[in-house]
Amino acid sequence: MAMAAAMTATTTANEAAVALNAVDVAFRVPGGGVFRAVSNATLNVADGEFVSIVGPTGCGKSTLLNIAAGLLPPAAGTVDIFGRPLGDLNRQAGYLFQADALFPWKTALENVAIGLEIVGVPQAEARARAKEWLGKVGLGTFGDRYPHTLSGGQRKRVGLAQVLIRDPKILLMDEPFGPLDAQTRQIMGNLLLDLWSADRKAVLFVTHDLEEAIALSDRVVIMSAGPSSRIIGDWRVTLPRPRDIADVKLDPAFHDLHRDIWHMLKEEVIKGYAQAEGR
Amino acid sequence: MSRITLLTLQIAVAVVAVGAWYVLSTYPVFGVILLPPFFFSTPGDVIKQVIVWFATGVIWKHLWVTLVESMLAFVIGSLGGVLVGFWFARQPRTAAVFDPYVKMANALPRVVLAPIFTLWLGLGIWSKVALGVTLVFFIVFFNVYQGVKEVSPTVLANARMLGMNERQLMRHVYWPSALSWMFSSLHTSVGFAVVGAVVGEYLGAAAGLGYLIQQAEGVFDVAGVFAGMFVLAAFVIVIDTIVTMIEKRLLVWRPAIGDAKP
Repeated sequence: MAMAAAMTATTTANEAAVALNAVDVAFRVPGGGVFRAVSNATLNVADGEFVSIVGPTGCGKSTLLNIAAGLLPPAAGTVDIFGRPLGDLNRQAGYLFQADALFPWKTALENVAIGLEIVGVPQAEARARAKEWLGKVGLGTFGDRYPHTLSGGQRKRVGLAQVLIRDPKILLMDEPFGPLDAQTRQIMGNLLLDLWSADRKAVLFVTHDLEEAIALSDRVVIMSAGPSSRIIGDWRVTLPRPRDIADVKLDPAFHDLHRDIWHMLKEEVIKGYAQAEGR
Repeated sequence: MSRITLLTLQIAVAVVAVGAWYVLSTYPVFGVILLPPFFFSTPGDVIKQVIVWFATGVIWKHLWVTLVESMLAFVIGSLGGVLVGFWFARQPRTAAVFDPYVKMANALPRVVLAPIFTLWLGLGIWSKVALGVTLVFFIVFFNVYQGVKEVSPTVLANARMLGMNERQLMRHVYWPSALSWMFSSLHTSVGFAVVGAVVGEYLGAAAGLGYLIQQAEGVFDVAGVFAGMFVLAAFVIVIDTIVTMIEKRLLVWRPAIGDAKP
């Protein structure tokens, strides 16, 4: 606890829930040529570990998540999920998207239940369990509401229940609380920590908010400004759990860690802006 | 504006319009009747004609024929539009091959097909249904195509991450999305089904509202023409109201267009 920040050695690849080995992400650009978003990223997430990826806007954090989800094949390198190479979609993972991903034509309850129904759970049972999950995310009485009648924060809660009801071993989260206001983010962060601590899944959490990353995670990974962004820092957060997002931010160790990481991140953020403007 | 004020003003518009029509077609202004009844009829004659139609019951047969033709055109055109729309949206190559022909067929003013359909299918209801189908099909087709194409990539990625296979994606993602686009064009497509039926009847038929109007016109019975138009307008409004009710039930999950307004 004395030194909250330390560059850490990564766990070995075959015991990791998610292992990205020297992964490159590249896109074909219209008009020829290739845009390299991420280069040579190696990252391991151990089972039960909460890892955040922080980086300036446009550094390719989200594409790295898509690689781990199997939605996007890496241009180079390999992805192992619990020691097995990932070929197709990552069936072990639940993905909470940044944008609204609920089915607008289904009610909150149907949205949560669908993950079970498609794997053959009888409808009545799926609905009953969905109801339970809506309760867990604090929306017990909102089951028959359609997404457009819910607030942004409520939609994220439904999304969280929709993903967690399938009990994935890995949770991938792409700035899930990005569009929410500060208070709601804090509440959602605490909700996430509560749900996560019940049965620690491996979490890969992408955010541009360093405070959020430190408050939630076991490890914070820093990416450099794109293009060809790399992983340039890997910090262990040893703040005690269970944490409360609001309280943990008052901890002196939190401040030390924040200062150290921000020192590194600041340069990259400035670079990121410069590149964005130069384009 | 309160509901009552609005309704009062709406009625006032009708009263003024019909009043002006009545006065100008009945009383000379500076010695001239501005709306000669031979060309413009009078409100009284038109109402009388409508009452006679309903009192004797002749109108029901024509209304029924037009309704059947419209509904058949709507159902067949919609089914075709949904099937082909889905097919093209899921098979971009097929869509690319047929694209110029679809555009060509859609650019053609459909009225010119009416004589051909009459020739092929006779004077009965099917030539009218065919004309309606050609109108409805393209509206539904384009909407379904768009609906399948414009499924939010995030929703699609989410569905795949939740573990849906191709068939489940169809049922839970593409299908509802396409249907919502189709329903949002329901007013237009139902309207065009009626247009197809009436225009078809007008150009050659033995029954229907279009036939009634055409018959009246043939003997310079202007009151009959106007009466036919009023019955037709009322008919379309009734259908449109029913469509609005169906739409409200089917699209409960969508934010109402007026939601943003205070």
